[in-house]
Amino acid sequence: MSTRLKSGGRLLDRSSALEFSFNGKRMRGYTGDTLAAALLANDQMLVGRSFKYHRPRGIVASGAEEPNALVNLGKGARLEPNQRTTTTELFDGLDCTSQNHFPSLEFDVGVVNNYAARMLPGGFYYKTFIHPRAAWKHLFEPIIRKSAGLGRAPKDRDADRYEQAYGFCDVLVAGGGIAGLQATLVAAQAGLRVWLVEQTAHWGGRAPVDGDVIDGKPAADWVEATIGALSAMDNVTLRLRTMAAGVHDHGYLLLDEKVADHTPGDGRPRHRLWRMRVARTINATGAIERPLSFAGNDIPGVMLASAVRDYIVNWAVSPGDRTVVVTNNDDAYRTAIALKEAGLEVAAVLDARMVADGPLPTRARALGIRVETGKGIAKVKGGKRVTGIEMCNQAGEGAASTHIACDAVAMSGGWSPVVHLWSHCGGKLTWDEAGAFFRPDATRPPTGADGQAMVHAVGAANGALRDVMADTVAGMKIVVQALGSKMKTAKAVAHDVPDEAPMEPVWIMPQGAGIALKSKMWLDYQNDVKVSDVQLAAREGYESVEHTKRYTTLGMATDQGKLSNINGLAVLADSLNTPIPMVGTTTFRPPYTPVPLGALAGEARGEIFQPLRKTPMHGWHQAHNAYFEPVGLWRRPYCFPRAGETHSQAVHREVLNTRAKLGLLDASTLGKIIVKGPDAGRFLDMLYTGVMSSLPIGKCRYGLMCNEQGFLSDDGVVARIDEETWLCHTTSGGADRIHGWMEDWLQCEWWDWQVYTANVTEQYAQVAIVGPNARALLEKLGGMDVSAATLPFMQWADGTLGGFPVRAYRISFSGELSYEIAVPASHGAAFWQACVTAGAELGAMPYGTEALHIMRAEKGFIMIGDETDGTIIPQDLGLDWAISKKKADFLGKRGQERDFLANPERWKLVGFETLDGSVVPDGAYILASGSNANGQRNVQGRVTSTYHSPTLGRGIAMGLIHKGPARMGEVVEFNTVTGGTVKAKIVDAVFFDKEGEKQNV
Amino acid sequence: MSDPVSALGGATFDGFASVREMGPAGMISLRVTPDAKGFADAFGALGLAVPEMRRIALGQGVAAAWMSPDEYLLVLDYAATGDAMAALDRALAGSHYLAVVVSDARAMFRVEGPRADQVLRKLAPVDIDRMAPLEVKRTRTAQVAAAFWHHDGGYTVVCFRSVAGYVMGLLSHSAMVGSEL
Repeated sequence: MSTRLKSGGRLLDRSSALEFSFNGKRMRGYTGDTLAAALLANDQMLVGRSFKYHRPRGIVASGAEEPNALVNLGKGARLEPNQRTTTTELFDGLDCTSQNHFPSLEFDVGVVNNYAARMLPGGFYYKTFIHPRAAWKHLFEPIIRKSAGLGRAPKDRDADRYEQAYGFCDVLVAGGGIAGLQATLVAAQAGLRVWLVEQTAHWGGRAPVDGDVIDGKPAADWVEATIGALSAMDNVTLRLRTMAAGVHDHGYLLLDEKVADHTPGDGRPRHRLWRMRVARTINATGAIERPLSFAGNDIPGVMLASAVRDYIVNWAVSPGDRTVVVTNNDDAYRTAIALKEAGLEVAAVLDARMVADGPLPTRARALGIRVETGKGIAKVKGGKRVTGIEMCNQAGEGAASTHIACDAVAMSGGWSPVVHLWSHCGGKLTWDEAGAFFRPDATRPPTGADGQAMVHAVGAANGALRDVMADTVAGMKIVVQALGSKMKTAKAVAHDVPDEAPMEPVWIMPQGAGIALKSKMWLDYQNDVKVSDVQLAAREGYESVEHTKRYTTLGMATDQGKLSNINGLAVLADSLNTPIPMVGTTTFRPPYTPVPLGALAGEARGEIFQPLRKTPMHGWHQAHNAYFEPVGLWRRPYCFPRAGETHSQAVHREVLNTRAKLGLLDASTLGKIIVKGPDAGRFLDMLYTGVMSSLPIGKCRYGLMCNEQGFLSDDGVVARIDEETWLCHTTSGGADRIHGWMEDWLQCEWWDWQVYTANVTEQYAQVAIVGPNARALLEKLGGMDVSAATLPFMQWADGTLGGFPVRAYRISFSGELSYEIAVPASHGAAFWQACVTAGAELGAMPYGTEALHIMRAEKGFIMIGDETDGTIIPQDLGLDWAISKKKADFLGKRGQERDFLANPERWKLVGFETLDGSVVPDGAYILASGSNANGQRNVQGRVTSTYHSPTLGRGIAMGLIHKGPARMGEVVEFNTVTGGTVKAKIVDAVFFDKEGEKQNV
Repeated sequence: MSDPVSALGGATFDGFASVREMGPAGMISLRVTPDAKGFADAFGALGLAVPEMRRIALGQGVAAAWMSPDEYLLVLDYAATGDAMAALDRALAGSHYLAVVVSDARAMFRVEGPRADQVLRKLAPVDIDRMAPLEVKRTRTAQVAAAFWHHDGGYTVVCFRSVAGYVMGLLSHSAMVGSEL
């Protein structure tokens, strides 16, 4: 059984006891524990069930590579599934539950899969996807969905907050082990701006656990002294609990800082995502130990040898009273020695090599530890925890075996450098025969915009498992010089570690294991991929490692194959009789370990999820019960419902009131762009289909803008301000786009034209004063002459109204007598209030965008986005009158001359009156006879705008129909969503006041 | 006539740094190239030196920020824009230029306190450590355009008026106590 030792634990604060619960069981730990350490200290060896077979699983590792020990952490609004217990710091009140079990962790019915493993072979998903098709949908998927899956998705809104921050440095060192510290020191002493980030809460990595001696001192002392020195330097930033998630092009890195994971609810952001711009990245991420593939290597109690000594040294946790160490290298003897020194029993060290006589094995033997060379594990005994192992010859088939009783197994299959950051942007790897691992190939680094290396690997991450410091200093010399600085000292600090004899690659244990054993040798714990699965894939013709990965799901779980990668591809290479480097690795992709979606969203949630644009009158609208609709990022009132009114009743009232008396519209969102210069007239003549250069000062003209293809892009009224200045109104959603369009042409094409533009959309609040009483209201406000004689239709004038400085445009989008009054935005709310107050006795009511739309449709005015959809030219809409025939050129002219657009067969705009007075459904098509090749009904047109007209008391619509204007009076049929059709007569698109008498008064 | 009202009416937030909407301010967008006749005089008429690239030139109650090779932003008293426009028009008469009042199109914030920079480090992709004195950054804060500069022990942030509430939300969220970098 696993338990807490009486003394020791370099990371523990035994004076600070903590309580936590696992599956409702109350447990105790100490400050400094990881959740995994605390679970082991409470003898909780079984922590979860595997994904496919629901096999009992325990803690394997002590760091980010852990595949098994994932839990649902927290609950309700703080539930976070798939949290790695090995990287979760313990805090008081922590509440977690195991995953992937049904109905309980101890008794799981899904474990039947275990016996039905032959039903779920490698490639199971591929095979059942393909054949038989119906079986997947109705049989396999429902069952697998029920039994498979990891943690529960949170259902509540996340109680925590997140943020992002931007950082910049010359050198970013990822990994706070001794290599990272040394690299940081070198770069900092060279005067570079350095960041050092470490994913755990402690500096030093595993050197203090392994007993390294640096500069004549224990590693922990050197680490402390170095951190002290770095903290005192202005050019160094140190961050714990910060994981370098990914390296991206142009030196862009994402870091995930766990600010308050260990102090939930303290008001700090839970995570912070750092978005870094970095000249050089130092990959000092160390190495990860590999498991050995022997039967039963997934039974709780089988752990990595390095993890076993981490738990002993760091947290004073013994994984078992009696441990068997199984290895193919000298490093694992450190674990045997650590166990012995902690007063625990080491049943035996099984060394797959024939000879083990390096300093570490020698020391182990001297401590009285039984060392068996040439041996391995035939199988592990036990169900929910290890009860013993069968020892066999590594060279054989595992048949002749000797039982050794034990309650823990520490395994070591060698080490693999963590090369993720090196690889994210294309750094290549080379196979290291001596260490049997892939390491960064310094001749093929990931390169930046300058063609130079942008990532450098140092220390264990570079394959220098033992010569860490010398390798780091050599690597940093290149970095410092590349950045144009000078090394302060080129000498590496003395680093003493015992010699080690060469390791011997062992990919299957025992070497000649038969299918029965191979079917219990786990490669990928989380996705339940075994040696037999990879071999099956090879037999079935999967040669590419990428294909095999997807076929078997090897390395596709949330741990992304940190433990399984090399073992899996070694088995594949062996099955294919190919050298490992020829098989290669799968692609390393960011993030290194999962990053919460909350951190990626950062501050963008709730009120600041996205910018919400407000006019100066927004507060008034809110106070007066406006129902808003989004228009671009603006919020505009759709209507102003009164007590007891539905939205449609409110719209109805607003239309009738405006037509009969007076309506007020907040038109501030209308785009306003000033265009000035000696070439401004010529410029506008190119942009608009009509002529703007001839517009007299003081007058307004409606204009259309097309793109180069000839399609209608925007419309609006242009006012001539002075000899050199025009003001162009655009649609509300088009202001920024059209301003950008203008600048694009001015900067890229007509750069020699003397024209300046300025987007003054937000400078002005604009109020449309609309209806028969409009002039009366302005006269009541007083200050300028707005009579028909002085300010006729399509003119503008500057003046004051009610004491406000205004520019009054006599323009109309409703067919009524109408003025649009622009005032500086800082006076917008006051001017609006003045209009409301003065207008009360004139019957003034505010109206919203829906009433605006209905009134313009009654008048047959087009709306960009309704009548246009990017495929419509002005001629389709009968706007030929707004297209100059005289101009030599304008944007879109040549596009419109192309055959398809100049074709008389095009759908053209007309009005429709339903025969029964009903409203044509939005989006309806106009039916034609017959069907097309797909068996769909032929159509001859479609509706573009359709409303109930309160003014006319019936449905009106505008739409495009084949040869529209030539078919006046014809009756056509629109389809409906519910079935059946609506009959409508083709009429002129101007439904109301065809002569325009109402606006000309 | 009413008093001018800024977008947020002088809203404030106190966190590890203080955030304050500054209220109405005068602004003129001036588009002109340095080779235009009267270019230097235009700035001189306002008591300003011509701002260098990416810098802001400060004068008595007026400042000019370089925004692009042919664009400058004048910041002054709300009521002073009329006189300033007249001075610009006099100096640049006959040259190709565009001067337009944009006071009401903008919102201005002050972010102050010893850690004011941290608020902006969370929102703008700017290397604040490498900003020169009186350097102007034309950048973005989260999802919207913004410009800022450092003077008098704090930062002045300018954004568009319609998104003032959004920017206030950003600045407040970023300045919350406990989220110091």
